[in-house]
Order: sequence, then structure tokens, then C-alpha cells
Amino acid sequence: MNDLLLKSRNKQRQQRLRHEVSRLYLSLTDLIPMDTESTFFENPPQTVAVGQPLSRVDGRAKVTGAAKYSAEYNHLPGMVHAVIKTSDVAKGRVTGFDLSAAQREPGVLAILTHQNLPKPALTAETKEGKEAIGYSVQMTFMPLQSDQIFYAGQPVAIVVADTLEHAQQAAAKLRVSIAAEAPIASYQDTKAPRYNPGGKPDADAEGTKRRGKAAEAFAAAPAQVTATYSHATNHHSPMEPSATIAHWEAADRLTVYDATQGVSWQQRALSAILGLPQDQVRVITKYLGGGFGCKGPIWPHSVLTALTAKAVGRPVKLVLTRPQMFTSVGHREDQEQTLRLGATKQGKLLALLHEKTSTTSPWDDYAETNSKFMGMLYQCPNFEATTKLVKGNVMTPTWMRAPGEAPGSFALESSMDDLAYQLGLDPVQIRLVNHADKDPATGQPWSSKSLKQCYQRGAELFGWSKRNPKNGLTRDGKYLVGWGMATATYPVNDSQGNARVRLFADGHAVVQVAATDLGTGTYTVITQVAADCLGIAPDKVRFELGDSALPTTNISGGSMGAGTFASSVYTAAQDLWQKLTKMAVTDAKSPLFRAKPAEVEVVKGRLQLKANPAKGEDFAALMKRGSLTDLEGFGQGKYGAGYEAAQSGAPAPAKPDDAGKESGHAMYSFGAHFCEVRVDPELGTVRITKWVSVVAGGRILNPKTARSQVLGGATMGIGAALMEQTVRDPNLARYTNASLADYHVPVNADIPDMTVEFIDEHDPYINALGVKGIGEIAIVGTAAAVGNAIFHATGRRLRSLPMTPDKVLEAMRQPV
Amino acid sequence: MNDFSYTQATTAKEATGRTKDQPQAAYIAGGTTLLDLMKANLQEHPQLVDINTIPFKGIEQTKDGLRIGAMERMSDVGENKLVLEQFPAISESLLLAASPQLRNMASIGGNILQRTRCGYFRDAAFPCNKRVPGSGCPALEGDNHNLAVLGTSDSCIATAYPGDLSVALAAFDAVLTLENQKGKQRQVPVKDFYLLPGNTPQKETVLEAGELIVAITIPAAAHAQRSTYLKVRERSSYAYALASAAVGLDVHGGTIRSARVALGGVGTKPWRSPEAEKALVGQPATEATFRAAAAAALRGAQPRKENAFKVELAQNTLVQALMKVAG
Ligand SMILES: Cc1cc2nc3c(=O)[nH]c(=O)nc-3n(C[C@H](O)[C@H](O)[C@H](O)COP(=O)(O)OP(=O)(O)OC[C@H]3O[C@@H](n4cnc5c(N)ncnc54)[C@H](O)[C@@H]3O)c2cc1C
Ligand code: SF4
Repeated sequence: MNDLLLKSRNKQRQQRLRHEVSRLYLSLTDLIPMDTESTFFENPPQTVAVGQPLSRVDGRAKVTGAAKYSAEYNHLPGMVHAVIKTSDVAKGRVTGFDLSAAQREPGVLAILTHQNLPKPALTAETKEGKEAIGYSVQMTFMPLQSDQIFYAGQPVAIVVADTLEHAQQAAAKLRVSIAAEAPIASYQDTKAPRYNPGGKPDADAEGTKRRGKAAEAFAAAPAQVTATYSHATNHHSPMEPSATIAHWEAADRLTVYDATQGVSWQQRALSAILGLPQDQVRVITKYLGGGFGCKGPIWPHSVLTALTAKAVGRPVKLVLTRPQMFTSVGHREDQEQTLRLGATKQGKLLALLHEKTSTTSPWDDYAETNSKFMGMLYQCPNFEATTKLVKGNVMTPTWMRAPGEAPGSFALESSMDDLAYQLGLDPVQIRLVNHADKDPATGQPWSSKSLKQCYQRGAELFGWSKRNPKNGLTRDGKYLVGWGMATATYPVNDSQGNARVRLFADGHAVVQVAATDLGTGTYTVITQVAADCLGIAPDKVRFELGDSALPTTNISGGSMGAGTFASSVYTAAQDLWQKLTKMAVTDAKSPLFRAKPAEVEVVKGRLQLKANPAKGEDFAALMKRGSLTDLEGFGQGKYGAGYEAAQSGAPAPAKPDDAGKESGHAMYSFGAHFCEVRVDPELGTVRITKWVSVVAGGRILNPKTARSQVLGGATMGIGAALMEQTVRDPNLARYTNASLADYHVPVNADIPDMTVEFIDEHDPYINALGVKGIGEIAIVGTAAAVGNAIFHATGRRLRSLPMTPDKVLEAMRQPV
Repeated sequence: MNDFSYTQATTAKEATGRTKDQPQAAYIAGGTTLLDLMKANLQEHPQLVDINTIPFKGIEQTKDGLRIGAMERMSDVGENKLVLEQFPAISESLLLAASPQLRNMASIGGNILQRTRCGYFRDAAFPCNKRVPGSGCPALEGDNHNLAVLGTSDSCIATAYPGDLSVALAAFDAVLTLENQKGKQRQVPVKDFYLLPGNTPQKETVLEAGELIVAITIPAAAHAQRSTYLKVRERSSYAYALASAAVGLDVHGGTIRSARVALGGVGTKPWRSPEAEKALVGQPATEATFRAAAAAALRGAQPRKENAFKVELAQNTLVQALMKVAG
């Protein structure tokens, strides 16, 4: 019903606009105000390149080393190297520095501490500062402003030298005296108060969310499951460590080569912090070696590099060491979730109560928003979610691939599995029983949802129908074999951004967006989109990104990148075709002379009459006749709720968190994972031997890069499930395994040959091209699928991540 | 990392000569342990003497076994036909270690001298008795998940040798040939090469200052030919052992004639277990015997909060390894 209404409203509006435009044409011959609506392509445009498994356009540059990462701009005149000296202890006060030995080291140019580092114009510690810096600030604290130490690894000094080695050695020789105090390591410390951040004015965490009467409904429910889950601290651990090169090209003009997921965000944040007009700060990130969220926000090291460069009057390069990557760019917080499910005997959910406790920093009320996921995945009338925090001596945690959904899904999807076993239902069946036909949180219809198809196709590919309904019964030699599955979902977050397309009469084009490519394939998929929008081959398109001087856009994060950039390029192409159409209909030599623009369509770069396609001409002919070598189009594209609002004429959502409330549809990707494990009950080892992921993620721009995203997401989920954990010493609050030898991420031997499929979806509400993000969804539900398979194999439920051999052995000692 | 001088030595004499009167000097072989420690400022060496150019090479058949030069690479030894045939456990211990890149670079002499992965030792910000004697041991009440349950002391509970090769070498009676600065050679069995931490966890081996590992000799034996190395870890590859077992059995008519057992990942040094061997010899090669041997091996274990699982894990690892060689 709603869908129909929107469609007809849109149609009316478009017709009205077209009518107005044509009327103007009749009365004006010179200056014609152009229609800014998308009228040239049917939505979506004919696809030639889109949907093809095009290999990465940047692949050759990467394998030959031609691709320049942020730390590789070594040609800057007089560039010097900075090394951050960090605090050994997690709490205390700096009482003094002994610089003598460090200063004697060769090549040392400066040693900067809180006593002599130039001050930023503002920090996020004040409300105004936070607002000016924008959404990208996660940690409001800025180190090196005072003698206070709040976390181990906090910067206490910056050493600058002519070479990296000299700076490192001088930093090692620098002595810092700190009066240490006893820190709080985590929420598990019983001395630390737990608090509910709800109601605090700028709490990132949510406090309490409610609908219905969850406690009463749970108490009365005939079937109940209560369980507590824990999730270890995880670190993003991208291959490329964060790096910043700051170059003051003039006293008030700064260029920064920074490993960031969002050059526009970084530009805004840095200009606010440094007190510069935004256009005087340029941020460049041409290639990124992974981010997973940790390169989304602005972190102190980028600011400190700019301040250091100011202090020494030369370009400064700073590259974080691998150990520093564990204390400089956030992490997924250690957390505990208690979940209570109440259901009917048929497995229909009646109540869901969720309580989460996690560790945050001394300054910020940060918590992943697990409750959003909890409240929307299944139909359930009564819901309550509470977030509690403990302030520990750690830096502020941050978004890590599917923040909230990933740990939340481990709890919910494990408990759903419990409920299925308790009631003798197949795990897929109980999910179908509770399938939400509209968003339980808002009551909105889904813009599209193909979850049932994901279950069905996944089950087919996996051979789920052969599953033994009883657990602990399948053996293969010494191994216990088990099958598990879980649901995945991820929201289409509200986003927007700009793009420019420049089409040349010789048939090639330059397309520009201040986007970033984390290694995911942005260069490639946007090249494909641009090729189709312009009606030329992908190898005729050069897509430029990673420079804040280009049209500004959102970060590559929150799975918003592909959709936002694609729709802005689409809109920019519309703008271009409108200009060309105007040229054609006013050019006496054009076959389209005096045609109404609304009657003109563009097919593969040819402008022609809709009613008589034979009448028309190629853009090249038109441009050449007009002595144009090139022409530009500019577009502002929207992704998610804002797009739907704009299409339907409703006011745009005020801020990202409000998205959905004013829009017509709830917007999510969905998926399902199926997993087989072999558990050695005596050694406690778990190996994944079969994996199927099926994802419904809107239009798949490129099945090859999309598949890689799902492989990567599921692999990262398997890491969280079986091995990833950063350990903070309980007494000293310092990590004991801050290296990639000791923080284990999966290797090839951990991952079987995975099967990935997509369900074809056409979603008209989310953006012009129907693209949903797929960067995060595959990590969601993965750990639960593994845990559910372990339960099926062993009859034991593991509720603490990662599910390492010690925990498996412990569980095996328990009676079934 | 500090600045250092670098020289290459072509003979043992030249190498030991260079470290005379230079107590801070170090030999560098593959550098995969040494450079990591230097970059983290855990060890400082003003002089590095490269020993890759010394001909401590060759994997040779001798009249009672094999002699392997200390400079042979882990990958070459692991894949060697003689080693595979006569000491499958040693081959496996090498090929299950580290990564292909590291194995191609690392020497077996360097492997024997690798240092603990205790997280407190590996980060100079922490106190650690092994690194700074008398500074304390935070692992006792902290993160001891990966640390030892056998041979521990109140000073240190680290698996001082966290690797694999020496576990297999200790099991099969390998002997190291060492050469000191006076040019004198001596023979030290691997099982006696490592020291228990006691009150001096900083002293890990009997190696004297400047002394070189020249070669390893391993006696051929029926129990060595029927041997295996089983390694348990969270990640399937490229990880140190939570627990491992090097075992060899000589079984005749169902009865064990001789047995060799060493455990890795659970002792403060590669843990040869005469107790387990005693429980095996003369007994039928059955699971019950293996369980008894495993219990004997772990009898003295002192588990802590995070590593208590290793007592059971090590026993099960040992039993599985024995079951495998028993066939
Ligand atoms: C990430 C990672 C994972 C690893 N995983 C494993 C694993 O799973 N299992 C495993 O067993 N090992 C593992 N290792 C350790 C690896 O095997 C050792 O680093 C390697 O064997 C050391 O050999 P090298 O030749 O590089 O020694 P170097 O680093 O060159 O030397 C190490 C030490 O030995 C001394 N030295 C070297 N040769 C001699 C000699 N002939 N005489 C006297 N002194 C000598 C050096 O002075 C130095 O003190 C891992 C290492 C890393 C970095
Ligand atoms: S166990 Fe040993 S190596 Fe580890 S902290 Fe204690 S003393 Fe240091």
C-alpha cells in the first residue's frame, strides 16, 4: 500500500516537474532552468558494466607497488620523521622528563611534550569543540595537553629527527617519570561503578530502550532462555598501520597525507581543531590498506603530526608502530550481554530483554549499539534493552565492522538456537516462525527484505535438510561434527555526498568523489557505475578519489560507501545529460533541435527521442559541433532514508540517528550463514570445515569484489569466534599481546573454501541504483553460526568469545 | 633499535674472536628472533657478528645417526629426506613452526636460542624478572594463559623456549656441539642445555658468553623412526603451541620396548618426561597405558588461573600423539 502510494506520488511529482520544464522551454529559448530530478534513466540505468565481475582497476598499481599509500609521500621538501613516545602505565601523572640522553642522539630536531607542543585551536573536550569537529570525533580527549595519564600507550612526547631510525632511538632514550596510580582495567573490576549512560546529554551509548512490557511478558512466557555472553576486546588490525604526513604549505595552509576512511571528514575535523578555514586543509588518501572502522574517526596522532609539523616548520611523517595500533585508533570494547528470551511453545517470541555492560574510556560514554539489532531482527512485541558502562583506563573504543550487530548477533543468535533446541524446532524453522514482516522497532515496512530466500538458498547449498536434529551424534574419527546457522543483517544507514563527472568529447571521462577505497573495490565498482551512467566502457573512465579537494562525501564506513558514491555519480551524470540535452534541443544543427527535453532519453551515450530512437545523436558529435572538448556534471546523491525522503518530498532526516523515523521504509541488508565444524573434544580445537553465506544486499555492483567482502567479513567473524582477543593485564590495564604474532587473526588454514551467493534484489527506496552496503553484514551472525555448530557437535554451549581450546575443554567437562 | 656495527665471520674462530671482550656483542643468524628483540628495545647489541657465512652446514648420516650443522635452515632440515625417514617428529616440529617465510630464513641454531613469548617479557613497559632481574613477575597474577605449568618458580613461569624443535630434540636425545671463545668444543645434550628459572630466570641455558652452537647430532633409534610431533594451538597455523608432544615408541608384539616423551608449551623448558617414559616401557601399547603415562608426566604441575587448562590439554595431547605412533 505504502509502496504504491510512494510510487504514484513520485510519478506525479516527476510528471509535474517535466511538465514545468517543458513549459519553460516553450517560453524561453536562451536561459533554461534545468530540471534537477532524475529523468533520463529509468531507475536504474541499463547496465552493461555494472553487475560484471570486473577485476580491480587498481590491482596492477597495487601489485607493482605503484599505488601510493599515505606513508609513501617521501618526496616532500625537508620531510622529517616523528615518533610518539607513549606511557608505560595506565594511570598517573607525568612528573618530569630527562631529555639529555635523547637530545644527544644524532639527528634529533625536537622533543615535544605537553610543555612545549603548540596548542590546538580547540579540542572535542568542550561541547562546541565536539560539534565543530563533527561526527568523526570518537575520543574527546586530546593527549599532550596536560600531565595527566589516563591509559597505557597514551602519547607523552613526540621525538622528531632527520631519519626514522634516529627518531626511534632518541625516543627509546627519552626518560619519562610518571607517578603511577592503580588503574581500572575493565568492567570486570568490581571496584568500578557501573552506570547507565542514558539521559546524559552527549552519550553515544543508548541507556534504555523499551517497547511493550518485557519483564511481565518474559515472566509469563511458557518457554524461556536466559544466558550471559561475553566478548573479548578486539582490534581491527588492518595490514596498513595508520600514518600521517603533515605538510604546511603556507602558515595557514595544510596538506595532510593520512590513512583515513574519510578525507572530507578528516578535512573538517582538522580544520576545526587547527583553527583553519576548511578549504585551507587538504587531506589525501589515495590507497588504504584496510580500516574496518579504526580509520573512520579522527584520532590524536593525526592532529599531533600537524602540530608537530607546525612546531618544526617542516613536513613531518608519523607512522604508528604495530603495538601503537593497539592503543591509538580504538577497538571493539570488551563486553558482557545478558539476554532473556520468552516464547510460546511454538517458538514465537513474546519477550526479549537485553542488558549489556562494557568498558569505556574515562571521558566518553561509548558503547556499540547492540540494542538496535536486538530490537529489529525478529518480531517480538515486548522488548527492553539496557546499556551499562564502566569507565576504565583505556582509550575510547570505536566502530569496528558491524559495531553492535556483530557482538549482539552472537548473543541473540545463540539464544535463538537454544530456544530451537528447547522446543525441538529446526534452527531455520524458529527463525521463520519469528520472521519480522515489518520492522518491529518502528512498524515501518521494509524497503526490501529477502531473508527467507537467504535461508532457503543457504540451506540448499549447504545440504541442511540432511541435518541430524539431535546434537552430539555425528562423529568423524576423533572429531565431533556439528552444523549451525545464524541470521545476518545490517542497516542501510542514511548518507549523502557529492560527485563530479567530466565527459570528454573524445569519449573518455574523469569522475571525481572525495571517497576512499579501503581495499574493498571502490575504485572498481564506481568505475563500473560511471561507465554505465555515461554510456562508455569502464576502461574509458578514470575514477579519482581520496582527495578532499574533490567533491566532498561521506566516509567509507557504516557500509555506506558504495551506495553513496554510486548515487552521487549517477546524479552527476544526470546533470551532465541535462546540460547536453539543453545543448541539443537548442542547437539548430542537432536532430533533436526544438525537441522537449522530457522527450529525450539517453541510451549508451546517445541522446535520442523516446518516441523515435532513430532520431538523435551521439554526445561526441554534439560536443564537437559546439567546440566543447569536455563538459561537467555535478551531483548530490543520497543513500538511505534521506533518499526516500527526498523522492517523496518529505523533510530529510535531521541527523543520522533520526533516519528512518521520518522516512517511509526500514532499510536493511539481510543474510544467512551456515557452518560445519569439527571439534576435537580432547584438545578443544575447533576447525571450520564447511561454510555457506547467502546475502541479500540490493543490487550487486560487482560479484567478484562483493564476494570478497563477504569472504572477508565472515573470516573476520571466524576470527572473533575462535581466536581474536586482546588481553589487558587485570592489574596494570596494559595489553599483553599487542602484536600480530600474539593477537591472532585467522590464517588461510583456518578458513575452508567458502560458498557465497547473493539474492538478487531491486529496491527502489534506498537510492537511485538500489545499492545496499555489504561491507559489514557478513561478520554479523558468524560467531553465532560457529557457536551453534559447536553446540550441535558437542551438546555444549559456549558463550564466551573467543571460543578457544581452554573454553571448549572446560565445556566438555560439564554434563550435557 | 640502537646503532650497531656489523661484521661477517667466515670461521668459528673469527666469530668467537670478534665477541671476545665484547660481552654485549651478538651473533646473528636468520635474525628472526634477534632483530625482533632489538627493535622492541628488549636487547641492545652494539656489535652484530653475522655467522651465516660460517660453514656450519650439512645434514649428514653418521654411523649412529644424523649430524646437522647449526646454520641449516628450518625449512631445509624439515624437508630433508634423512630427517623425514629417521626422525619424523623432528621434521614435523620444524614444518609446523612459524610460517614458510620464517622457516626459510631461520637457522636451527637460532631456533634453539629463541626467547619466550611471555607478553610481559616482550614489552619493556612491564616489569619482568627475566628481563630486569628483581623487577617482579606480573604474569603470576595476570595473563598466564600461554605460560608454563611445569618447572615454574615464584620468579618466573614463562615457557622460556616457546618453540617446537627443541622439544623434539630433547625427546630424541639430541646433543649439541658447542665451541667457545678459546676454540674448545664440548657436547651438551639438549635436555640439559636449558635451565629451570629458579631465582635466576634471566639465565636460560648453559651456553657461555660468546659460545657458538656448531651442530646437532641425533642418535638413530627405533623409537625415533616411529615418532610424531603433535602441536595444539588456537589458530591452525602460524602460532606457538598451547601444548605439544614429541613422542616415539618402539613396540614389539604389543609391548613397548622403548619410549621417548617430551612436552612443549607447558614447561619452563622443553620438557622431557622420564616419568612418562617409565610408565610406558614394558607396558602394552594401549590407551590405558598412555593415559597413565600422561598422568605421570603432569604429576608435578602447578597450574594458575588462566593456564589450568594446560594440565588436561597436555595429557590429552600426549595420549593422542602416542595413539598415533602406536598405530
Ligand atoms: C612470528 C613468529 C612466529 C614463530 N613461530 C614459531 C613456532 O611456531 N615454532 C618455533 O619453533 N619457532 C617459532 N618462531 C621462532 C623462530 O623459529 C626463530 O625466530 C628462529 O628459529 C630463530 O632463528 P634465526 O636463525 O633467525 O635466529 P637469530 O634471530 O639470528 O638468532 C637468535 C639468537 O640465537 C643466537 N644464535 C643464532 N645462531 C647461533 C649459533 N649458531 N650459535 C650461538 N648463538 C646463535 C643469536 O645470537 C640470537 O641471540 C617464530 C618466530 C616469529 C617471529
Ligand atoms: S613469567 Fe617470566 S618472562 Fe613472564 S613476566 Fe614473569 S618473569 Fe617475566
